[in-house]
Amino acid sequence: MATTVQPVEQQNYLNSNYGIKSWLLTTDHKRIGLLYLMSITLFFFLGGFFAMLIRLELLTPASDLMQSDNYNKVFTMHGIIMVFLFLIPSIPAVLGNFLVPLMVGAKDLAFPKINLASWYLFMLGGVVALYGMVTGGVDTGWTFYTPFSTTYSNTNVVTVAIGVFITGFSSIFTGLNIMVTVHRMRAPGMTWGRLPLFIWSHYATSVIMVLGTPVIAITLLLVALERLFHIGIFNSQLGGDPLLFQHLFWFYSHPAVYIMILPSMAVISEIVACYSRKRIFGYNFVALASVAIAVFGFLVWAHHMFVAGISVYAAMIFSLLSFLVAIPSAVKVFNWTATLYKGSVHFDTPMLYAFGFIGLFTIGGLTGLFLASIGIDVHVHDTYFVVAHFHYIMVGGAVMGYLGGLHFWWPKISGRLYPEGWAKLSALLIFVGFNVTFFPQFLLGYLGMPRRYAAYPEEFQVLNVLSTAGASILAVGYVLPMIYFVWSLRYGKIAGPNPWNAAGLEWRTSSPPPTYNFEETPIVTWEAYNYDEISEEKGVEVAG
Amino acid sequence: MSEPVATVKTFMGVFVTLLILTGITVAVSLINLGPFSAVIALTIATIKALLVVLFFMEVRYSPKITMAVIIAGIFWLGILLALSMTDYLSRAWGTYGQ
Amino acid sequence: MEQQRETAAFGMWLFLVTEIMFFGGMFCAYLVYRVSYFDAFVAGSQKMNITLGALNTAVLICSSVTMVLGVHAAKTNRRRATVLFLLLTIMLGLVFLGIKAVEYHEHWIAGEFPGPNFHFDGPDPRHTQLFFSLYFAMTGLHALHMIIGICVVGTIAYFAWKGHYSSEFHTPVEITGLYWHFVDVVWIYLFPLLYLISHKH
Repeated sequence: MATTVQPVEQQNYLNSNYGIKSWLLTTDHKRIGLLYLMSITLFFFLGGFFAMLIRLELLTPASDLMQSDNYNKVFTMHGIIMVFLFLIPSIPAVLGNFLVPLMVGAKDLAFPKINLASWYLFMLGGVVALYGMVTGGVDTGWTFYTPFSTTYSNTNVVTVAIGVFITGFSSIFTGLNIMVTVHRMRAPGMTWGRLPLFIWSHYATSVIMVLGTPVIAITLLLVALERLFHIGIFNSQLGGDPLLFQHLFWFYSHPAVYIMILPSMAVISEIVACYSRKRIFGYNFVALASVAIAVFGFLVWAHHMFVAGISVYAAMIFSLLSFLVAIPSAVKVFNWTATLYKGSVHFDTPMLYAFGFIGLFTIGGLTGLFLASIGIDVHVHDTYFVVAHFHYIMVGGAVMGYLGGLHFWWPKISGRLYPEGWAKLSALLIFVGFNVTFFPQFLLGYLGMPRRYAAYPEEFQVLNVLSTAGASILAVGYVLPMIYFVWSLRYGKIAGPNPWNAAGLEWRTSSPPPTYNFEETPIVTWEAYNYDEISEEKGVEVAG
Repeated sequence: MSEPVATVKTFMGVFVTLLILTGITVAVSLINLGPFSAVIALTIATIKALLVVLFFMEVRYSPKITMAVIIAGIFWLGILLALSMTDYLSRAWGTYGQ
Repeated sequence: MEQQRETAAFGMWLFLVTEIMFFGGMFCAYLVYRVSYFDAFVAGSQKMNITLGALNTAVLICSSVTMVLGVHAAKTNRRRATVLFLLLTIMLGLVFLGIKAVEYHEHWIAGEFPGPNFHFDGPDPRHTQLFFSLYFAMTGLHALHMIIGICVVGTIAYFAWKGHYSSEFHTPVEITGLYWHFVDVVWIYLFPLLYLISHKH
């Protein structure tokens, strides 16, 4: 029940000062997290708009809504925006930015100014990429494959590549900041073994950001140089090897999938522990699994190239190595499930997202094993099977985790509770909409429908209509949280410091937290997820 | 501050060594050693790089984590080079004969 | 203070690791093509001016020494020496770029700049052009890092002159030094890889 007496507004990071300047020049990691939140939400809906165009076009077998060249641009821009401008920064730059210092008990990230610079770089890169898209677009696919991108495409490849290049540096800065913070800013007593699994996963993510991103940066730079000066590094007419581009591209872009999924796993670990009221089963294994995924992720990239003409012997090595990633991923899924066992499970909204994540990620991961085995990959390569697979990982996995985390920490971010009923409804809509959208695509792919075509044979129409229908449900599911989150900023119930009665340092400070996070530096004397020490009682509904 | 500071004498020693090594690597490249030319050139380059990293960049006097970071970087570069080469070195296998 | 210094140094080292991978992409391209087209690479390498290359290596080593002496001077509270060494570093950096420009000019005159006007009398001009593409990309990116380095050292020198640094606080000088030495290390590898593949024997 809402209190009638409004509590005296505490000094916090939101009301400490006002005005555009106090936000644009802030070095507070929480405010920068919110800047990122607003920007990537914008990009998410823009990318979603292009997705809508794709699904509308595919409603009918003929290419009637747009011509092939426009369709090429639309799916390319959908991919580039979603991958580089939404998924990669999503959890690390929003929730990671906001929570990493809070969780390790620090005042801020190690380099607050670099953190702000990373947001500006992100916006600059985003604007450059958008400029390229508005002034003619780009049609290479988000993968920029050569020789099409270097020689044949007549679109704004260079501009968009430079945009992606710039956002790459924002990603590097975020990763670098998180790594240094985890190493050097932990509160007294916060040993590595006491870190929340959220931190472990973000640390692993940062390793990928720091070590992988520069490689795609240089690769895109070489593509741009090749287009501008007609030199040949990837162009076979000039002596180069187009496959080298694919090697360098996937050296980053395969691990980039783990930049998207590891932070989601980070969120899921926190949610599952909180709503099962239990310590995560096998903490050490889950922590090390994060690091293992980060390392193994770099050993498997050429499974994207089985049919591209690489040596069959190399393909066998990469195929075998690809199966390795399944081990730490499975460790995580099993350990979350084991955590549920005999836990006192609560079905609140974040937990619904966590369940959604575990199920969808499992399907996405297992179909990944299909693609890692050469024989099946040859059959389904570049079909909708692949599209369905990576959407199960990136949307079913990464976006589910992102939304779950956003709900879980919304009271901490805003100081308000979201309306539980609506939230549950949207979680349900997203789960159903997602499956109706993408499960038919597994079938389509297996039946042989290739990706990236505006037209298709008539026998595929039923499944495509189903997919488009699902996408409409999905769209409603995504718009709902946007509305009720904004609504809750004003009308939501006051949350209090710890509405979920959760463990973790971030819940031990007020909501929203003060600018320097903690009134006094916390001293940690307990293990992570000490739920057996926290009373079973579901938190106070209203603090005051 | 208690950090051990390298002396100017050390720097000068490293400096002279670096110049001598540069001379050696140019001289050796004039002799035809077949595949060993590259091996020697890269070995000398690595010694020079180590000298710069250990003394000029003071890794010798830095916390262990610095060395760990460097090794991780080199290791990841190794992954990139080695796994890429699995493709290029084996691409022609089995193409001939049969 | 010591805490902050170590944090900043750690951050810089992580950044340098990203730089390793940044250049690493090109080293990968270099390795792949060198193994595949060794003879063409030898032919290209023989067009390099080894004298200027070796001279430039020496210049860069000197600049590293002046840099390290500048850091040392900052640590030991010698303001004028700090500024002097930093300015020397900048000067040597400019000398390096000057010599590099002379080399580029020579290649340009000889028609060895890759692209439509590339001209090479040899058995495999296509792949020799590949060598030159990599040569210009790698040394060009290295030169870009030098230019950035010179700007940063210039800024640091200005603040040193203003008396911002002391034995208590000299983190920016040290961090800049790390960057400068890293760029030197990259050249230490570029020199044998590009200039010394093989001479006419």
